[in-house]
Amino acid sequence: MPLATQPSTVPVVVDNDKCIAEKGCRVCVDVCPLDVLRISEMTNKAYMAYDECWYCMPCAADCPTQAVTVNIPYLLK
Amino acid sequence: MTMDAILDDMSEVKCDVLVIGGGTAGPMAALKAKQKNPDAKVILLEKANVKRSGAISMGMDGLNNAVIPGYATPEQYVKEITIANDGIVDQKPVLKYAENCYDIIQELDSFGIRFLKNENGDFDVKKVHHIGTYVLPMPNGETVKRALYRQLRRARLLISNRYMATRLLTAKDGRVAGAIGVNTRNGEFLVIRAKAVILCMGAAGRLGLPTSGYLYGTYENAANSGDGYAMAYHAGAKLANLECFQINPLIKDYNGPACAYVAGPFGAYTANNKGERFIECDYWSGQMMLEFFNELQSGKGPVFLKMNHLHEKTVAEIAKTLHNVERPTRGDFHENRKTDYAKDMVEMHISEIGFCSGHSASGVFVDDFARTTVPGLYAAGDMASVPHNYMLGAFTNGAVAGEHAAEYCNEVDWADFDAADVAVEKERVMAPTKREDGIPPNQIEYKTRRLVNDYLQPPKVTKKFELGQARFAEVREDLEQGMMVRNAHELMRSLEAASILDCADMAAHASLYRTESRWGLYHLRTDYPEKDNENWFCHTLLGKVDGKMASEKKAIEDYVVPIAEDEKDLYDKQRVAAGE
Ligand SMILES: Cc1cc2nc3c(=O)[nH]c(=O)nc-3n(C[C@H](O)[C@H](O)[C@H](O)COP(=O)(O)OP(=O)(O)OC[C@H]3O[C@@H](n4cnc5c(N)ncnc54)[C@H](O)[C@@H]3O)c2cc1C
Ligand code: SF4
Ligand code: SF4
Repeated sequence: MPLATQPSTVPVVVDNDKCIAEKGCRVCVDVCPLDVLRISEMTNKAYMAYDECWYCMPCAADCPTQAVTVNIPYLLK
Repeated sequence: MTMDAILDDMSEVKCDVLVIGGGTAGPMAALKAKQKNPDAKVILLEKANVKRSGAISMGMDGLNNAVIPGYATPEQYVKEITIANDGIVDQKPVLKYAENCYDIIQELDSFGIRFLKNENGDFDVKKVHHIGTYVLPMPNGETVKRALYRQLRRARLLISNRYMATRLLTAKDGRVAGAIGVNTRNGEFLVIRAKAVILCMGAAGRLGLPTSGYLYGTYENAANSGDGYAMAYHAGAKLANLECFQINPLIKDYNGPACAYVAGPFGAYTANNKGERFIECDYWSGQMMLEFFNELQSGKGPVFLKMNHLHEKTVAEIAKTLHNVERPTRGDFHENRKTDYAKDMVEMHISEIGFCSGHSASGVFVDDFARTTVPGLYAAGDMASVPHNYMLGAFTNGAVAGEHAAEYCNEVDWADFDAADVAVEKERVMAPTKREDGIPPNQIEYKTRRLVNDYLQPPKVTKKFELGQARFAEVREDLEQGMMVRNAHELMRSLEAASILDCADMAAHASLYRTESRWGLYHLRTDYPEKDNENWFCHTLLGKVDGKMASEKKAIEDYVVPIAEDEKDLYDKQRVAAGE
């Protein structure tokens, strides 16, 4: 059975103007307990790669530039 | 090499003590093992990153079960927990916890984690339980994890982040020989030989499906997928009272604690739609959950946390704690819904089911030295069988496990395992990477957990459980024959899906074995509605016997703190009497 790609709106948003991943920052990717953040190869910025979030907030709390916003996942908002 | 691409690689390391899970109990176990035996090589293995992993990743509101001189005695605490857990308690480990926990509080205090004190400088403990006084707020609770991490760095402990343990290795004589871990970002295999292994992998928190349908919207930290329970089972350890599910009263949809423990001492309480109090005591017990469940179903449902009768300043003070520590997105959730604590009651609901001794009593069986039934294998925290032991229990019993394991290491040599066991595990783990086509782990997991809700959620009905077992067997076939993954991240999820399915099978098996009702809602069997002390005043132990799941009875150890006849059912009287 082939796979389909289903869209889903992700709860964690990164402000690209503030994110300094291109300077080597990986803090949010490092701390996330669910390991769902990645650095985009296209933009060189952090983004949520997997919609598997406990809305717990270490990513936002530890980001040195306050670039991360954690929203409540849509299904339970 | 890009992240998440799968490497076909394997390495081996050797240590004295291996601690698996770096949330709450794990860091303390590793620290104490190292302090006890500074020459020992101690490795702390963690699926996530120890800096921010586990239930306490963002901090904690307070200690739920602190036994502090002047407020409570260890004997009193043992009595309370015995009664709250319907008598099914080996008191020795509970007493040991109660006697040791004050030292741990002082040690945590010295780490810089401050606890609430009154004008005289004494700990300011609050009453939430039915009988005694044990709740100690933490005004700077958000610092817990950071303070702990500092201690680990200072002790120069070896930390391996982003390795998910998948199976334990055992020797021919049954002793533990080590564990296998898989790197969550490249699938690399790590074989760790160890003389002693301490399991601290938290609750089985992804067993039931939250009513939101969001797989990760669980009460427990969603990294806790029950891997520890599954690993202990496959290594031949016994698991105790798994039918005593964890079910918690939570904020509807948000699925975080409503926090009667925080708000209760300020005068908040759990209410029905009339704003009336219907339970005597907000402490989380099975009996309390049963009244909660009954009220939810009744004409006076649903259930709410009521704070709107309190002074504005009090409400603001409660909100400050609730919105900053533990689950800090809670404030945003209420803001989205335009819920104002000062005006509105907060809608509550019951959580998905799980295994957890920290809140309930379902865990890997351990004695008062945190030893499991497998020599050299220890367990502490939410996944070990010491009931209702919460965060302070995780710290205290983690310390007990670490110290004992460090001494044990001096007496034994490394046990040998069969290399074929590693090969078998490698084949199991990698199978989904070899398929071009198939079912992704998220669908396997969703289906398992949806079936858990449909068939295993109390009230428990025998026929439904049997149907559930038949459905799980079908999912197992799909998982083993048809699951496919495309990268290392999905590989981690596929391993979690397997643990979740193992836990679902264990939950069904254990529940069917105990043919009575006990622990209020946790084990309410509508076809065996009565408590049957004559036949079931005992533990149940589940284990793998000749490759198959089997349950047996185990007698409760003689009480060290006697319970009087008229005290035994104190927790059964939860409902507020009519006319009050
Ligand atoms: C939302 C919430 C609020 C709570 N509030 C309070 C409170 O106010 N007061 C209180 O006393 N208690 C509270 N508790 C309970 C308390 O937090 C827990 O009992 C305690 O922290 C459990 O510690 P633990 O070490 O067993 O588990 P955790 O701290 O959850 O640690 C388990 C660790 O194991 C790791 N892990 C899991 N699987 C694997 C694997 N396969 N390989 C490697 N690592 C793995 C996880 O990533 C995690 O880091 C609360 C719990 C929750 C969830
Ligand atoms: S922590 Fe902040 S700055 Fe660093 S990579 Fe993440 S979003 Fe960017
Ligand atoms: S909120 Fe938690 S789970 Fe979600 S991305 Fe941030 S750290 Fe990860």
